[in-house]
Amino acid sequence: MREVHTGVAIREALTLAMEMDDRVFLAGEGIGVSIHDNPLMPTYGLLETFGRRRVKDTPVSEAAIAGLAVGASTMGLLPVVEIMFFPFITLASDMLVNHAGKLRYLSGGKSSFPLTVRVKAGMFGAGCQHSHNLEAWLAHAPGLKLAFPSCPADAKGLLLSAIFDPDPVIIVEDMGLYWMQGPAPEGDVRVPLGKAAVKRPGADATVVGYGRAVLAALEAASELEAEGVSVEVIDLRSLVPLDRETILESLSRTGRLVTVHDATKFCGFGAELAAIAAEEGFASLKAPVVRVAGPDIPVPFSPPLQEFYMPNAQKIAAAVRSIL
Amino acid sequence: MTAKQDATLRRTVLEKMYLARAFEDCISALAAEQGRLPGMQILATGQEAAAAAALALGKDDVMVTNHRSHVHLLARGADPKTLLAEIMGKESGVNHGKSGTLHLIVPEVNALMTSTVVGASPLLALGAAFAQQYKETNALTMVFFGDGAAAEGSVHEAMNMAGVWKLPLLFVCENNCWAGAQSFKEHCSAGNIASRASSYGMPGELVNGNDPDDVLNTALELASMCRDGRGPALMELTTYRMHGHGEYDKQHYVDPAEIEFWAERDPIVMFSSRLEQEGVLGEGQAEAMRREAADKVAEALKFADESPYPAPEAALEHVWASPEHI
Ligand SMILES: Cc1ncc(C[n+]2csc(CCOP(=O)(O)OP(=O)(O)O)c2C)c(N)n1
Ligand SMILES: [Mg+2]
Repeated sequence: MREVHTGVAIREALTLAMEMDDRVFLAGEGIGVSIHDNPLMPTYGLLETFGRRRVKDTPVSEAAIAGLAVGASTMGLLPVVEIMFFPFITLASDMLVNHAGKLRYLSGGKSSFPLTVRVKAGMFGAGCQHSHNLEAWLAHAPGLKLAFPSCPADAKGLLLSAIFDPDPVIIVEDMGLYWMQGPAPEGDVRVPLGKAAVKRPGADATVVGYGRAVLAALEAASELEAEGVSVEVIDLRSLVPLDRETILESLSRTGRLVTVHDATKFCGFGAELAAIAAEEGFASLKAPVVRVAGPDIPVPFSPPLQEFYMPNAQKIAAAVRSIL
Repeated sequence: MTAKQDATLRRTVLEKMYLARAFEDCISALAAEQGRLPGMQILATGQEAAAAAALALGKDDVMVTNHRSHVHLLARGADPKTLLAEIMGKESGVNHGKSGTLHLIVPEVNALMTSTVVGASPLLALGAAFAQQYKETNALTMVFFGDGAAAEGSVHEAMNMAGVWKLPLLFVCENNCWAGAQSFKEHCSAGNIASRASSYGMPGELVNGNDPDDVLNTALELASMCRDGRGPALMELTTYRMHGHGEYDKQHYVDPAEIEFWAERDPIVMFSSRLEQEGVLGEGQAEAMRREAADKVAEALKFADESPYPAPEAALEHVWASPEHI
């Protein structure tokens, strides 16, 4: 299969969706004209291709961006809006948490909100008001679907599924992946929401993660293979809905679970995974579940401090070793 | 007192403008060297006249600023050494490497809160101004925010509540014509920000943001109204960000003629020659100020370069006032 950068794969999904369906439009801060004049950015060139009717640069107004998506979606459009950096989701959160996730329920199932929110995330030396992965907050809010891809094919396929899904979907894009290449199919090839991928089969321990952390987990698995330890790596791809079957099936074979994410540990998504292992996979467990995550601090700016914060292959490998 | 009458204050304004320019020129040069500075660098080159607003404050007044803060902080008296060390992520940095350039906080000079969340600073300032009123002090809070920030609902909420409660809060909007790659015309439904003031029952002044005298006089006047218990006020400085949004921004979306137009209106060139013409500065004094600023920055760079990085585990410090909780 041909290889593309993740940023380009995301743009392919946006382009395809817009070509296929006039109901799809994009809105966000600098998605049309951007300070980043870089073809690897997902929305690069889309304003030129689709024009100002369908590619809307907005003022710096996250609440309005999210409200736009909620209101337009129930009118029959398929909005794809962007939140520039993950911490700014807090400004959009009333529209997402109290409205996108609840209005269908409040209407007794009569209203629909088929919107997509793309959120750019990552730790890139800008400090804690630009870098803060809040996926556990979003996962905790009923009514919102949530995807967090780790590779070009999934970034494209999940986004296509999200755009045409009848429910509100938030899709987190780890920006570091934009510059990374990987195989991705051409055309309208969708990745279903709620389906995890086994990235690497193994027998001794299961490492479950999503986003950039999956790459670190795969690196850790190679490191451990050299020591004769066989690690299975599961990429959740979707956090809501969650593919419990794949996790529990793997756990039933390996008996050991390590979770990994870049977000902080306390009440992080890893806690949900550990709870599922305890509630539904208890009989399979040969060792305690170990969570690899950021320490419970804001993401610091200084390079050695950010390095200290970040989960990496060494930390994941050490976690696996600790329960063998 | 108007600034025109106060030669010392005007000289200080120019001094701080030179310092800010030298400081940011240094950052700009470092940013051009691969791997020299971590993260992104956001400069206020061309917006130095805002120093005059900060210099209208008294010692007990509070300042709240945003991501483009170097001019404000240096004018307020922040030490260029520890600022630069922070920008480099060093242990000796003013925030011990936790912050970097985007949210420099300098309580030592009453710059108590800084936010890079666009539109957040006016809300923080609202609380500070409330405390000043509550404690019946004679102080006020000055908050800096951009034209782009004015599109956030938070800014409207802060203005309205400050207006209702007559808080001593001076809103300073630096309209540098751009919010990221969106021009003011594209992101704002009105011709300016200052005219909004009437909606919140406060005075609003549109000021030539490249003329330090205009900035200083208006700031002094509005600040004294705030202090007198007449409630908040808004001033908008029309100015320009000469280096684009950040140092990585090549401004491919900007008409070069626009940059040239503003380059001819450099606030430092204009102000220094005005002060010379008026005899406020003697022969060679402006040049001496410029050199002194360059020396201070060279000293700051030496200090920052020689400072070590924090130990990795220092990441765990400063989350709580009570460290046993982590
Ligand atoms: C809530 C929020 N949304 C988006 C951003 C990203 N961002 C950083 S600066 C900026 C432009 C702000 O423009 P303006 O307020 O005019 O300030 P300037 O950068 O021109 O000084 C944007 C959109 C942010 N930091 N915070
Ligand atoms: Mg601006």
